[in-house]
Order: sequence, then structure tokens, then C-alpha cells
Amino acid sequence: MTTAVTTRTAVTGIAKHPPDRFRTLTGAVATFAPAALVLITLILLQGAVPAIRQFGFGFLVGRAWNPVTENFGALPAIFGTVSTAFLALALALPVGVAVAVILAEPSHTTIRGIMGTGIELLAAIPSVVYGIWALYVLAPWSFQHLEVPISARVGFIGWLSEPAVRSLFNASLVLAVMILPTLAAISRDVIRAVPRGLKENAVALGATWWETTWRVILPSARPGIFGATILALGRALGETIAVTMVIGNRFEIPPSVFQPAYTLASVIANEFTEATGTVYTAALVELGLVLIFVTLTVNVIALLLVRSVSRETRITA
Amino acid sequence: MNRNARRRLASRGWLALMYGLTVVALIPLGLVLWFTVTKGLPPALNVDFFVNTFRPVGVPGAGIRHAIFGTAIIVGLASAMAVPVGILGGIYLAEYGIARYASWVRLASDVLVGTPSIAIGLFVYALLVAPLHHFSAFSGSVALAVLMLPIVIRTTEGAVALIPNGLRESGLALGLPRWRVSLQLILPAAAPGVITGALLSMARAAGETAPLLFTAFGSQIVELNPNGQMEALPMTVFHYALTPYKSLQDQAWGAALVLVVMVLGINLISRWVLRRQIALAGQM
Repeated sequence: MTTAVTTRTAVTGIAKHPPDRFRTLTGAVATFAPAALVLITLILLQGAVPAIRQFGFGFLVGRAWNPVTENFGALPAIFGTVSTAFLALALALPVGVAVAVILAEPSHTTIRGIMGTGIELLAAIPSVVYGIWALYVLAPWSFQHLEVPISARVGFIGWLSEPAVRSLFNASLVLAVMILPTLAAISRDVIRAVPRGLKENAVALGATWWETTWRVILPSARPGIFGATILALGRALGETIAVTMVIGNRFEIPPSVFQPAYTLASVIANEFTEATGTVYTAALVELGLVLIFVTLTVNVIALLLVRSVSRETRITA
Repeated sequence: MNRNARRRLASRGWLALMYGLTVVALIPLGLVLWFTVTKGLPPALNVDFFVNTFRPVGVPGAGIRHAIFGTAIIVGLASAMAVPVGILGGIYLAEYGIARYASWVRLASDVLVGTPSIAIGLFVYALLVAPLHHFSAFSGSVALAVLMLPIVIRTTEGAVALIPNGLRESGLALGLPRWRVSLQLILPAAAPGVITGALLSMARAAGETAPLLFTAFGSQIVELNPNGQMEALPMTVFHYALTPYKSLQDQAWGAALVLVVMVLGINLISRWVLRRQIALAGQM
């Protein structure tokens, strides 16, 4: 019983201890997190088997979604998910970085503190609230003041024609609003973590505010901002409810961004409880599986990036 | 104009643009709150709204009591599952966190935070609803618990790591076993931070719709049995908002306001608790 436990913490190494049962217990409890992750993947994989068996890889490039003939393909939903997420990112990124730069400025700390807290609180608002707002306020406004004027002027470009209230564009717009707080808050922290000496050196050399920001601060914060961007992308890819309420839910690759579309998550949210038959249900589960694989990959990349950055700044600071 | 004047002017221009973009960012975010309050307040000012349940369109006096009770029960059960497990897991990461296995737990928790909630709903459907052949509030709670767990783990770890090592060492020097040091010395000292994490995870869970769609499913009556189908506030907002009836849409706005007040309230309280923790840690 009295075998010494050699742990790397300095304190426990002093005396001979019986096996640390507390460590075993808490370690076992901590297993819940990785176990949940593995279990989610395995159970979705198992649920998708009938569809995988029937359609194989063709599922990923198929364009049909016909519950009557039981012919299913995921391509329009994958297209919708990826295009709304990237469009949202393109809209939110410049704004988010600008907010982060302004919030990270060292002056007027009270006002900036309040604004920072406000932005963090906005990240906590449930997506269904953004959804109802987008459905009744944002989408009609955007239809009238963005989609119609734009397509009236440049509608000869195919993918900017035929405006509709519920559209891929409006879904991206609400996604952009939703990921903005996350993007701004993380980027602000990253910019603040830039060693102050760098900025002071630039100012001492006579650089203006903008030259310091653009040539010194943003380049050294770039990896962290990139990580924040990918985390926001992951959130946009997996967002369900708000998108479902405004994207129009039409299963096709739309000819124009102003037309209705569908995303992986929305298809599942709308159809899963009504799905009948093994193949239909399995096809929906396979959509979930595709979604999980895409978001997991994106998230792991982002996390590794952010981690490597925070390690670097710890060394340089 | 000489070169330096041009540089200064460009700098001012960019600064103005950045401030402009910040305002552009705050407008939609402010509008979300503005519309939720102005559209949600009229229905929510009525007492009926809180004490009655679903009534068919056209019958006055409909309310959302069933959804409020449902959210409380579902989130309460989920917390009962996720919070103790998450706290123990977080203590493990903070106390024995240099192990290689711990870094896997950390990565898994961070990835789990980013997992789409709809996929977690599908997972719990396949795990609990399909084998038992019925929707239940309990399965909804399990889905929310999966969402909450990684948040609780990581915030607990952060809070425990804030506690100065001296406290731990004094406990061990007095001959206390490791578990008593962790649970009776460190955990009480870290309590505000741990409570913050638990509250934040509850706020997040209370606002989730997607994982409940195929688990708790929804109901039009007050259901108190966790084995039955149950309504929750986000589901009410989602379903009512998409109906063509004005009265239901108004109720959706009302429910959205209740939800926002709840979630932001929890967030503000947890921030206040956390500030006290930081002040306390500074004194130690």
C-alpha cells in the first residue's frame, strides 16, 4: 500500500502517500468531456449507416432531396452552410477588427469598459432572439433597402438578381451580427496582449496612430485575430435557429444570393421530427455528421492556432 | 501639403473610419435590444402572460407559464447533472493539469464548446429518445448538460488556478490529505469564480432551442413530470414567431423579452460575483 506516488507537482513528492484516490476519481469524472465528444461522433455515425450504405460518397455531391422517392444528397445544404458562414465572416471581420482596435485603445477606460461589457453581453443573447428580430425587422429592412436597390442597379449580374425577403444574403446578415461580439471581444483581448514596448517604440520613432496600428499592432496580433476569426466561423457554421428563421428553407443551390436556400443545421431542425422511414432519418443524421466533421475540423485548427499564439506572447512578454 | 501633414491627416481619417465602423457595429446590436423591449413589453406587461398557458388564437388571456416552468425544470435538471461533474473535472485540470491526459481533456472541452447544438440534440435523440420511444424533458436536460459541461469545467479550472499556491501548501503542510485540501480549502476560496462559471453555463443553456427540438419537444400545458414532453421559452419564441397569427407573434416577442431579461440578468449577477472573486484573490 505504501508505494510512493511520483507526481510532477513539487508538494506531493515530499512524503510517501497512498495512491491518490482523489486524483483517480476526478480524473475519471473529467473523462466525461472527451467521452461525450467521441460518443457524439460514434452515435451519429451509427445512425447514418443506412444512408451511407445506400448513397456512399454520392451523398456529399447529390443535389436531390426527395423524401417520397427516398433520394437524398447533401450538396445544396453544404453549399448553404459554407456560403452563409463565409459571407457572414466577410461582413463581420472588418467591422469586428475595427471595434477591437477602438476598444483596445488605452484612453477613456470607463467608456471602453462599458462598451466592452456591452459587447460581451450581446454575445450571450440567445440565437432565437436574434432570429425573431431578423425575421420581423432585419430581413424586411434589408430586402427593401439593400436587396432591391442593389439588384435594380447591378441585377444583370446573375447572383445579385431576383431579391426575396427570406434569402441566403439575409441569413448571412444576421449571422454577421451574431458573430460580431465574439469576434470583437476575442480580437480586443489579443490586441491588448501585444507587448506595450512594441507600440511605444513605434510612437517614439514618430509613427502616427494609424501607422502604429496598421504596421505594428495588427501584424503582431494577426495570428490571434486569425484564430478568433476561425472560432467565429465555427459558430457561424453550426448556428441553427436564427438562420432557419430567415433563410427561406428551399433545398437547392440558389442562382442568386438574394434567393432562399437551406443549411445543414436548418434541414435537420425543420425535418427531423417529421421524418418517416429509415433512409430519410438516416440521411438527416448524416447531414448532422457532415456538420460535425466540418465544425470539429475548423474548431481544432482554431484552438491550436490560438494556443500557439498565447504561448508565444507568454514567452515574448 | 507636406508629407508629414498628409500622414497625420491619413491617420485621423483612419481613426474616424474605425470609430464609424464601431458605431455601425453597435447599431444592429442596439436595435436587437430595442425591438425586443418595445415589442415584447406590451404582452409582457399583462399578468395573464405569466400565470396562464397556451390558449387557441382568438381566446384572450394566453400566457407562457408552461414555458417558464419548463425552462426552469429542464435547465435545473441539466445543472444538477453538469455542475457537479464539471466542477470535479475542473478541479482535476487545475490540480493535476500537467499530465498529458489533462491536455486532451482540455482540448476536448474546448472543441465540445464549439460543437453545433443541433448535433447534440440529434445525439441525445439517438441515445435516449429513440430507445425509450418518447420525447421527454429529461432527455432535453441531458442535451443541455452536454452543452454546459465543458463551460463549467473550463471556468472552474480558471477559478481554481487563480488561488495562490500558498493556500494549497499550508493545507498540505498541516497534513491534510489532497482531497480535503482541494474540496475544503481551495474550492471555497475559488467559489465565486466557480459559481460564475455555473451561472454562465446556465444562461447559455436557458437560451438554447436547437437541442430541445427533438428531445423535450414542446407542450401546450404545464408539465411538471420530467418524463413527459415539456415546453421551454426559446421553443415558444421559435414556434410562435413562425406562425401567421398576430397574437402568437406578440407572445413570441413577449417570451423573447422574458428570455433576454433572464439571460442578461444571470450574466450581470455572475459578473458581479466574479469581480468580488478577483478582489478577494488580490487580498490573499
